[in-house]
Amino acid sequence: MITLTNLRKVYHSSDGEVTALDGITLTVPDGVIHGIVGPSGAGKSTLIRCLTALEPPDEGSIVIDDQELVGLRPDDLRRQRRRIGMVFQDVNLLDARTALANVAYPLRVAGKSRREADERARQLLDLVGLGDRAKAYPAHLSGGQRQRVGIARALAGEPSVLLCDEPSSALDWETTRHILELIRQVRDRLGLTVLIITHEMSVVRQVCDSVTLLSHGRIVQSGRVADVIADHGSRLARSLIPLPETPIGVERAQLELSSSTRGASIDTVMRLLLAEGDDVHVQAGTIETIDGERIGRFQVSVIADRRDAVIARLRQGGVYVEVVDETEESDVPWDAADEQEDVR
Amino acid sequence: MIFGYQLNPAIQMYGWSAIYQTLGQVIFAALIAFIVGLPIGLLAYVVSPTGLRPNRIAHAILSVIVSLGRAIPFIALLVLLLPVTRWVVGTTLGWYAEILPLALGAIPFYARLVENALFAVKPGKVEAALMVGASKSRVAFDVLVRESLPALVAAATVTVTTLTGYSMITGTIGGEGLGALLYNYGYSRYMLDVMIFVVIAAVIIVESFQVIGDAIVRLLDHTH
Ligand SMILES: Nc1ncnc2c1ncn2[C@@H]1O[C@H](COP(=O)(O)OP(=O)(O)O)[C@@H](O)[C@H]1O
Repeated sequence: MITLTNLRKVYHSSDGEVTALDGITLTVPDGVIHGIVGPSGAGKSTLIRCLTALEPPDEGSIVIDDQELVGLRPDDLRRQRRRIGMVFQDVNLLDARTALANVAYPLRVAGKSRREADERARQLLDLVGLGDRAKAYPAHLSGGQRQRVGIARALAGEPSVLLCDEPSSALDWETTRHILELIRQVRDRLGLTVLIITHEMSVVRQVCDSVTLLSHGRIVQSGRVADVIADHGSRLARSLIPLPETPIGVERAQLELSSSTRGASIDTVMRLLLAEGDDVHVQAGTIETIDGERIGRFQVSVIADRRDAVIARLRQGGVYVEVVDETEESDVPWDAADEQEDVR
Repeated sequence: MIFGYQLNPAIQMYGWSAIYQTLGQVIFAALIAFIVGLPIGLLAYVVSPTGLRPNRIAHAILSVIVSLGRAIPFIALLVLLLPVTRWVVGTTLGWYAEILPLALGAIPFYARLVENALFAVKPGKVEAALMVGASKSRVAFDVLVRESLPALVAAATVTVTTLTGYSMITGTIGGEGLGALLYNYGYSRYMLDVMIFVVIAAVIIVESFQVIGDAIVRLLDHTH
């Protein structure tokens, strides 16, 4: 459990004072994945730096598992830090060490023997699905694999709290999903309390149980994701479920999808579309019963960059996908439907 | 004997020993420079404003030492140090007498290169190590030194090749080695073949240091 009480932090710089945290009071119960969102400059990084005690707050208290962090002596602080796992945006692995040695490092620091540390590190690499890459150096791992090693390292000290600072911002969208899924699995298996700092609402939608919106160093809104969404018209509700809009300058491709009796059912098509998140907007859909078989047809638009990946995933799921060439009149569906009837 | 040319007796008599003497000067001076320069560079980084333990006064003192040490012309250092050398080594003649001024010139040089190499270590790595509970002294060695090791070796290579050049100068004030050979025979008695011999030997020595250094860097560097 994480309890923050009236946390304040003021930076003094040459051009005056900046109140980075202005009285933050927040409780995150055990086993919860909590998101901290907010625009750039809201104070998210400052908050996480205070939580890691790399930066002392000016006022307030930070209690993790009944242990007050503010005002600890350096030695005690170092011992407490081992109870907190930290996942960084740019991972920060040591390039001169293998994946295994990176994960084993916290254990070596904690005074474990090399054998013990390596054995435990191996288990952790297995846990994050990288058991076969133990001997690889970070330079030879992909961004997603590096972050998995980062997560394994964060878990080495058997922490009760996992702090994630923009854990997926440096990753592409597909890898992001896998990393977030891993964080959720780790929470389920180990019962950790997880705090995720992010500026992406999609991260909150995908893994968070509860969420806090920060702005100018204050909490604007906070609560369970389900409750926050139910609070229609609130800032978080609006940003969590944005109305589809086509951002200017983002090209979208048009696709026609249909379910089929042999391939994907209507439910499957819907599920696959939902899984694509914001990148795919359903523009029109119809469900017809033909010969006792329910067939669904959908017209969707997809961000042009993602088109091929989306098509590949849909086709893999058994969905019939056709790319609509926008330069032609879109009378193709009706032709296709006519043809189908002719065949029958 | 090549094309009727008889190898200059000066080269025959002093050639090999001059090479050994130069190598000896350079290697011993470099070792001292590394042993003393590394801690100075590390300390200068650690107490710098963005370091692990910022300390304005210590940083100012180290900066002055490092800058001043590099600003003094080597030939001045050589002459100024004559009495010190006599006192420490017991003589100002002989190849080993030049090790002290060479080392003193190289210490601030290497220290500055070390400091630069450490600045290239991503601060996030330090933060990550602190987060797993490592002490600052541990972070200094496990992260700062270990992560910049390839750069430290590359800096050592630069130092040792530069030292080879400086060791030539020591020959002009009564030292021994390739520089002395060049000065006493090539310059004073205008023996062109001695000059050519010294230049070729120096090039081979510098290139050898470079090749060895590069090979070690490749062994240590895991970033690509
Ligand atoms: N080291 C610092 N010195 C001075 N001001 C800072 C420092 N770090 C952050 N700030 C200021 O504090 C505010 C909050 O910053 P930050 O916590 O980085 O926000 P976020 O992570 O949400 O983008 C910003 O106005 C920023 O300019």
